[in-house]
Amino acid sequence: MISPGISQNVPKINSEQELRNFLKTLSPVDQVGAQARAAMLATRSIKTTSKLWAIDTAISMVDLTTLEGADTPGKIKTLCAKAVRPDPTDSSVPHVGAVCVYNDLVAIARKELDAIGGSDVPVAAVATAFPSGRASMKVKLADTKDAIESGATEIDMVIDRGAFLSGNIGLVFDEIVEIKATINELSGGRAHLKVILETGELVTYDNVRKASYLAMLAGADFIKTSTGKVNPAATAPVVLVMLEAVRDFCHDYGRMIGVKPAGGIRTTKDAIKQLVLVNETAGEKWLDPKYFRIGASSLLNDLLMQRMKMKNGYYSSANYVTID
Amino acid sequence: MSKFEYANAPESSAILNLQSRYQLFINGKFVAPKSGKYFKSINPATAKELAEFAYANNSDIDLAVKSARTALTKVWSKLPAAERGKYLFRIARILQERAREFAVAETLDNGKPIRESRDTDIPLAAQHFFYHGGWADKLDFVVKNPKPYGVVAQIIPWNFPLLMLAWKIAPALATGNTVVLKPAETTPLTAMLFAQVCQQAGLPDGVVNIITGDGATGANLVKHPGVNKIAFTGSTEVGKAIARSIADSDKVATLELGGKAANIVFNDAAIDETVEGIVNGIFFNQGHVCCAGSRLLVQEDIANELVLKLQRRVSLIRVGDPMDKNTDMGAINSAAQLQKINELVESGNKEGAQMWQSDCKLPTNGYWFAPTIFTGVSQSHRIAREEIFGPVLSVLTFRTPQEAIEKANNTQYGLSAGVWSDKGSKIMWTAKHLKAGVIWANTFNKFDAASPFGGYKESGWGREGGKHGLLAYLKAGK
Repeated sequence: MISPGISQNVPKINSEQELRNFLKTLSPVDQVGAQARAAMLATRSIKTTSKLWAIDTAISMVDLTTLEGADTPGKIKTLCAKAVRPDPTDSSVPHVGAVCVYNDLVAIARKELDAIGGSDVPVAAVATAFPSGRASMKVKLADTKDAIESGATEIDMVIDRGAFLSGNIGLVFDEIVEIKATINELSGGRAHLKVILETGELVTYDNVRKASYLAMLAGADFIKTSTGKVNPAATAPVVLVMLEAVRDFCHDYGRMIGVKPAGGIRTTKDAIKQLVLVNETAGEKWLDPKYFRIGASSLLNDLLMQRMKMKNGYYSSANYVTID
Repeated sequence: MSKFEYANAPESSAILNLQSRYQLFINGKFVAPKSGKYFKSINPATAKELAEFAYANNSDIDLAVKSARTALTKVWSKLPAAERGKYLFRIARILQERAREFAVAETLDNGKPIRESRDTDIPLAAQHFFYHGGWADKLDFVVKNPKPYGVVAQIIPWNFPLLMLAWKIAPALATGNTVVLKPAETTPLTAMLFAQVCQQAGLPDGVVNIITGDGATGANLVKHPGVNKIAFTGSTEVGKAIARSIADSDKVATLELGGKAANIVFNDAAIDETVEGIVNGIFFNQGHVCCAGSRLLVQEDIANELVLKLQRRVSLIRVGDPMDKNTDMGAINSAAQLQKINELVESGNKEGAQMWQSDCKLPTNGYWFAPTIFTGVSQSHRIAREEIFGPVLSVLTFRTPQEAIEKANNTQYGLSAGVWSDKGSKIMWTAKHLKAGVIWANTFNKFDAASPFGGYKESGWGREGGKHGLLAYLKAGK
């Protein structure tokens, strides 16, 4: 087992036993209490100026995603156009946080973004045998290498949930460490690693907290809830528990890790609830696309429609936002 | 200025048709007081007058008690039990229909956040009527040949005005008693709206009478010879006075009095949810809760971490306009209560405890107090022994479970307690040894009409809610 040594303050883990011992020191999560807190925060009423701010912030945090078997270069190009200019009629709308695609489409996305003035929009690739993660380490590493070499600056990897659930946490840890090392080496430290926990398969909040810490200790730059292929995905209590984890990790070790809920966030209301969770859990430092992203596809259009409504005072039909 | 400022989101008060003056509700009608006097109720968030309420003197009390007696003998006792139940269901439904109006009225008169009156007070009040409506024709399952006491005098506090009214009136009516109720001097508004609900529900005249006034009105109502039973919620001091004043009569009483609840946190508790529970335990309703978790007993080895997390969380409590939907903590109910809180907090500082307060901005008008945490508190400090009834938490530490129990039970009160641990066996052991009427495990301040509520020691006599609560309103007949 290798110790990542990501920052001098983050504890070094030298064996599976050490990791196990570390995770045992974590406080348990009370299911009822966590759900009650998330439900209370969902009652916040965000209106007028704060709603406008939240909509623009949410747009800048969207990882605009397409992860379909039917994805084509044409589809990727329209997605890129949307990412750079979400609302073609209004240049004050910020560009999204990133474009998130499968590996083989990274190069196309990067080229298109650069061509249309979106060179500051990163391309994220789902690597490591997404979404199941059921492949050998050799394949996962090759997958990652491929993505970076094609121009991805963000890698969304999946953890081996089977290994985690069977208690083989050393393996889960090592995989993250290795992928991180590969990314660092190939990108010269420029690319970021998002670790997908697939919380819908971990099921308990205790598992979510443990997996969050495991990923952070192994060198994750972001922890991400879900692939979007499993239900439930980014539920409010799960995001709450992950935000508590990054908050406490930063407090204890001085390293700020990002959080990315993905899956099931479709409406402006959902997105604003996420921002409230961030604001009142991890704190406002995390209200930044560098530390909070929302993995989504249909959300962006709802944000745009709500934005138009705020500006114009009336709801437009869906035909006033582009379908991409 | 933080990045994400929540813009004002005020609930509209337009739904409430606020009258400038409210009369007494006697024998199904709103009548001017014989006293000819009125007093003002203010909105504690602005210190501005809300409305005038009639002052009931002895003649008014006499009329109300006589009206309750007549209703009892002529109408209420002759109704089949199921018919009584129907009235309760009807009242419950009207409360639900008028829920927003009641929430607005409660928040304006009491100062509590609209989120709490909307999500807690009013729904629980309606639930209380639904629950007791179901009992009305099943009282044989409570006692054999159940008989009501007769005319019940009920005196309720200002912290949960409508909810306490429901806790009193619903079981009394379900069991076949008639009622004279006196709401608190500072919060009579929702009781007068409830009087309208009684009319709307077609409740027979005189079954519920509501008279407003001050402490003297309450004391005289208790003394009235036509009253068979007293039900009181309020301070231990007044509870004792009631007990003394009925000592030479055949009146019975249920008393729900003060508390100084221990909230015990073991080192294996789920810490983030415990922090939420502590906040809910003491800052809910500005700490104006008799069962508030005002004494935090923390296992010493996690005390520093817990207090740090608690302070960070308490800094986020949004104190301000109670009508704003995002407000977490509203106004202190009255100038007198604010003075009492200030006095006890001062004693905490003098006696050597360390005070920490949220640096939240408080409004300039009205009565406000910032969320406050005292650490380094000893059992001998006044803030560890006396009920503050405000947003002030006293933190004490313990080393072993035995010590936690000793300290928790070392109080004149025994209304409620909380236990936080991830171990079921430890929770059971602790609960068994705590001397308190209500014990919450890994939660706090949760209420349900089916769950009996009441205290040990100076926290009171009898129980309210559930089957136990019905016993307080029934005699076993022959």
